[in-house]
Amino acid sequence: MGNVAVHTPLEFYLILSAILFTIGTVGVLTKRNPIIMFMSVELMLNAVNLSLVAFSRYLNDIGGQLMVIFVMAVAAAEVAVGLGIIVTIYRNRDSINIDRMDTMSG
Amino acid sequence: MGTQILFGILAAIMIVCAIGVVASNNPVRSALNLVIVLFSVALMYISLNASFVGAIQIIVYAGAIMVLFLFVIMLLNLGTPEQIVNRLKPQNSLSIIGAVTMAGVIASVVASVPTPPSSRLLPAQTVGALQIGQSLFTPTWLFPFEAVSILLLIATVGAVVLAVRRMS
Repeated sequence: MGNVAVHTPLEFYLILSAILFTIGTVGVLTKRNPIIMFMSVELMLNAVNLSLVAFSRYLNDIGGQLMVIFVMAVAAAEVAVGLGIIVTIYRNRDSINIDRMDTMSG
Repeated sequence: MGTQILFGILAAIMIVCAIGVVASNNPVRSALNLVIVLFSVALMYISLNASFVGAIQIIVYAGAIMVLFLFVIMLLNLGTPEQIVNRLKPQNSLSIIGAVTMAGVIASVVASVPTPPSSRLLPAQTVGALQIGQSLFTPTWLFPFEAVSILLLIATVGAVVLAVRRMS
């Protein structure tokens, strides 16, 4: 490739990232199954990571890739705790319907 | 030209499978669609010369996180979804309106931010584990690195505490 190749403009990556983020938002807002909601959150995190890596390439700064590694670590922690909570709720109520988890609503 | 064709193919796969994640009611199908999205993202990282991040993406996301998801789905036996009665029907249409608004806001930000011209792009130089490690242990990134290690420890302990059966 080298520097003579025609590169994909940075905007393309940002637009793709925005589309994925929006799809993830729709998933979080419309789904009633907490596991699919979690997957939509992962989708949103990946959209942000994609734009970070694209910025890292186009601004020639390695910081974007380091941030992606931190985001992955936080996502792994979030999934471990979140799925633990889902398993506990299922054990106590035999259902993970998000609409029935309204004990704490005021 | 080759990179643009690759970008187009990967972007099409990503968008179709991302819609598949959100559209299906079966958690297993969503998870498999998400695996394809994560693999495409990893390939796109590699095409952006971020080979280490691409490998980590496959190992951590497609490997560990998705296996965890599938384990929980199988454990709770959620393969055949119970017909969940949606009590908040207007939420669906409202959320789509909200998401379109948010997409418009993001698009306006993308359009207004000055982006570097790709003609001045430096020649391809793959960022591997060596460069990542060397920049990670500089004063700028050392504190976040240590903080993330503590966060992972806390999350591990928290997950065990949540999942352990209460002794009665």
